[in-house]
Amino acid sequence: MSDTSLPKPRSEMGETMHHLLRDPLGLVGLVIVTLIVGSALLAPWIAPYDPIAMNIPDRLQGPSAAHLLGTDQIGRDTFSRVIWGGRVALQVALPTIGGAVAIGLILGMAAGYGPKWLDTLIVLFFDTLRSFPTVMFALAVVALVGPSLNTVILVIMATSIPTYGRVVRTLTQSLKEAEFITAERALGASTLRIMGVHLLPNVLGPLAVLAAMDIPTVVGLEAGLSFLGMGVRPPTPSWGSLLNDGYSLIRNTPWLIIAGGIPLILTTIGFTFLGEALRDVVDPKLRGKGGK
Amino acid sequence: MTVLDIQGLSVSYGTPRGELRALRDVSLSVPERKIVGIVGESGCGKSTLISAIIRLMAPNARVRSGTVRFNGQDLLALPEARMRGLRGTEISMVFQDPMQTHNPVLTVGRQMIDIQYRDKRSKADKLKRAAEMLALVGIPDARARLNQYPFEFSGGMRQRIAIAMALMARPSLLIADEPTTALDATLEVQIIKRLRELQDEIGCSILFISHHLGVIAELCDEVVVMYAGEVVEAGSVRDVFHHPAHPYTRALLECDPGHIKEKTRNLPTIPGNIPDLVSLPGGCIFADRCPQRHDACTEHPVMSEASAGHRAACHLIKAGAPA
Amino acid sequence: MSALLDIKDVVVRFAVRGGVFSSAGSIDAVSGVSLSIEEGKTYGIVGESGSGKTTLARAVAGLHHASEGSILYRGQELRDLPEAQFRKLRREIVMMFQDPIGSLSPRLSVKSLITEPFRIQGMKGRDLDAEARRLLAMVGLPPEFATRYPYQISGGQARRVGVARALALDPKLLIADEPTAGLDVSIQGEMLNLLARLQDELGLAIMIITHNLNVVRHITDRVGIMYLGKLVEEGETDTVFSAPRHPYTLALLAANPEPDPDAQLMRIELQGEPPSILNRPKGCEFHTRCPFAQARCSTEVPLWQIAGRAAHRCHFPASWEQDKACPA
Repeated sequence: MSDTSLPKPRSEMGETMHHLLRDPLGLVGLVIVTLIVGSALLAPWIAPYDPIAMNIPDRLQGPSAAHLLGTDQIGRDTFSRVIWGGRVALQVALPTIGGAVAIGLILGMAAGYGPKWLDTLIVLFFDTLRSFPTVMFALAVVALVGPSLNTVILVIMATSIPTYGRVVRTLTQSLKEAEFITAERALGASTLRIMGVHLLPNVLGPLAVLAAMDIPTVVGLEAGLSFLGMGVRPPTPSWGSLLNDGYSLIRNTPWLIIAGGIPLILTTIGFTFLGEALRDVVDPKLRGKGGK
Repeated sequence: MTVLDIQGLSVSYGTPRGELRALRDVSLSVPERKIVGIVGESGCGKSTLISAIIRLMAPNARVRSGTVRFNGQDLLALPEARMRGLRGTEISMVFQDPMQTHNPVLTVGRQMIDIQYRDKRSKADKLKRAAEMLALVGIPDARARLNQYPFEFSGGMRQRIAIAMALMARPSLLIADEPTTALDATLEVQIIKRLRELQDEIGCSILFISHHLGVIAELCDEVVVMYAGEVVEAGSVRDVFHHPAHPYTRALLECDPGHIKEKTRNLPTIPGNIPDLVSLPGGCIFADRCPQRHDACTEHPVMSEASAGHRAACHLIKAGAPA
Repeated sequence: MSALLDIKDVVVRFAVRGGVFSSAGSIDAVSGVSLSIEEGKTYGIVGESGSGKTTLARAVAGLHHASEGSILYRGQELRDLPEAQFRKLRREIVMMFQDPIGSLSPRLSVKSLITEPFRIQGMKGRDLDAEARRLLAMVGLPPEFATRYPYQISGGQARRVGVARALALDPKLLIADEPTAGLDVSIQGEMLNLLARLQDELGLAIMIITHNLNVVRHITDRVGIMYLGKLVEEGETDTVFSAPRHPYTLALLAANPEPDPDAQLMRIELQGEPPSILNRPKGCEFHTRCPFAQARCSTEVPLWQIAGRAAHRCHFPASWEQDKACPA
């Protein structure tokens, strides 16, 4: 009896996936997101052509067996550019959101759990950052240092920090008064332990939902800046530059605009569905209601 | 004359694990001008029973069989519009949490006028009635306090206001769901006493739900004991509390620390848990926790008469083995 | 017979922020409480909501700061003790909280929860699996419970987990805040029996906070009745229950209706509602609700009077047959 080891609890991750797969919308979201991420990762192998190789004789073609989504004004394969564009979109979205979440998490928890003066200071910092409208701020920075992928990442990241930071701060503040935190204090847990072991896991869930639903926004923002010529520089393929090209060539072919628009819409739908499903799954109390 | 008459009521919930049979063949009646108490612990089906009576059931709940007659008409067959007309006028409710039953942004007077919307009288008249009701439940200086907001009252006062509002329309049935559980003991006795006086004055019947045996003993005329979705014993308070016929009732009474006169460091308990209502065991629902379990208990007992008007669902009654 | 915990004139003061209608100030949630708990004994603190009983408990556990008075634990002053030093004492002074499920970190398994004290107190090299099994067995939960999460267990089971965590490090003083709150009557007894058994086995002192006098009667050695931040009666449990002196104690005793429709109750009717701690009544704080109050009660603060093995603060206490003196 005393030799039997205790059964291992199912991991948090495994539990989340298990419940996610049961939700039809979550499943759709997961499939779309996997498709987008997968094709972006495998771009060099799935894209049939080099996305920046010109082929003037084949310019402005409609969809065909050779070019699934046709070609642009200098004969580049649109399908290949869409796939490579996804890579660029995620290259922008993931570090941006990852960075913003990480910084927002640290600052938000410090503000929510720390002393009053620290809270005031951090909230002031958030408010200052937030008072810049993202697009205007981006345009100003680009005007100063010139367009580049890194500039876009930094600008969007800086302006998203307050969003995450404020959510984390509010969650931390409400959890701080919860009885289980007092109970931990009574056991003698250090501040670091309370923040890392007890607050963090309870904040992470809602934050992951927020981040997942923010990815399309950032992708759209990158596309928008690229559309304006302020983001990714040609000839690097981006959904935004596809739209830009398509917009000026709308009278010649509708395919460029469609090819740039559809992945944007799919990204929005995929990540939003996934986020919604995650929201239900990360709340352990809602999960319990499913009845096991 | 019976105000509320429930016969053979069975209610189930659809759950991912299967059908959860929350109420099974529940029968009880509330006579005119009587206070009937329902006693039971968590999971006994009290809340399902109330929601079935006022027909505000969870979306996954389903009435499998039975009737709920209120002054002769079957509530379960009534059109929704008629049912809505009954709630708040002929059937009123008081809930456990007095903090959540009031609208926080309206004055108490405003809310008490609003619930008289069916009356054609003038606003001044309605205000006067509101003040009268507040005075009746024991709120001093009622007229002036009508202009105050719910947060300006203490928990005990708010529960008094909730009772005043529930009785305003002079309902024939008041359903009180653990109305004193959230209150301190000294306030609890004050409210119980007031409720008794009001019931006498207004002449309504009360269905009083509580897990507190002492309160039931003090307030009610009759008592219904529920366990795991079934009625296991029913009768006058005196019969049930002095001569409990069902082993569960007996165990429950023994567990009440107010009942134990001798100081002890080993308090009585009921070992075991409530059975899973999705996969019910056959036979008597209390059998696996019952100290008097015997062969007959594999068969489900029917309610049988222990004495006149006092019934319990236990095989021992027929076997002629009184407590 | 030395006191494990000795509380003297403790005041816990909270700052009140000024609102639109009120000015800033402070309230004394605990207003001068003295009591002492002996090793291995149980002390019950009884009071209704707003009496300051939980605040007092938390002050002893170092979760609230006591503004005045002294809290001596084995002769060591706990008041103003820096958290770093208090942390070492948290092995010996432990607390059980009111909300059984809400006081458990929701994303930790039961095993992590009950072995946390070892990690927090830096007791490395322990076989945590073995400790988890030992603690679960001690509170009467099957080993499978180790893998459950707080949302998967019932209130009564969560209570047992709370006991297991509190007793993991073999403490000397357990502060139990409403250990039976929210439990069905049939389970309430199990919880109290468990505490009594563990007290006998481990020899710990228990400070139990409750509003339920019946609970206190069976398991405590001494009892203190609190009203509006002060003790009004204090003494040996048997004495307080057999001959209560303070009208508030009488009212509390009477306010617990017996499950007997024919019980002849000696009911003490209280008037009105408890006053707000923001405007504490002058004189005896109970006089606004006291059925026996006289003019003197609203001006003069009653002092402690000893009667047998208990003491009370009342100008007109109840008298009992065993008193030699004639009733006034």
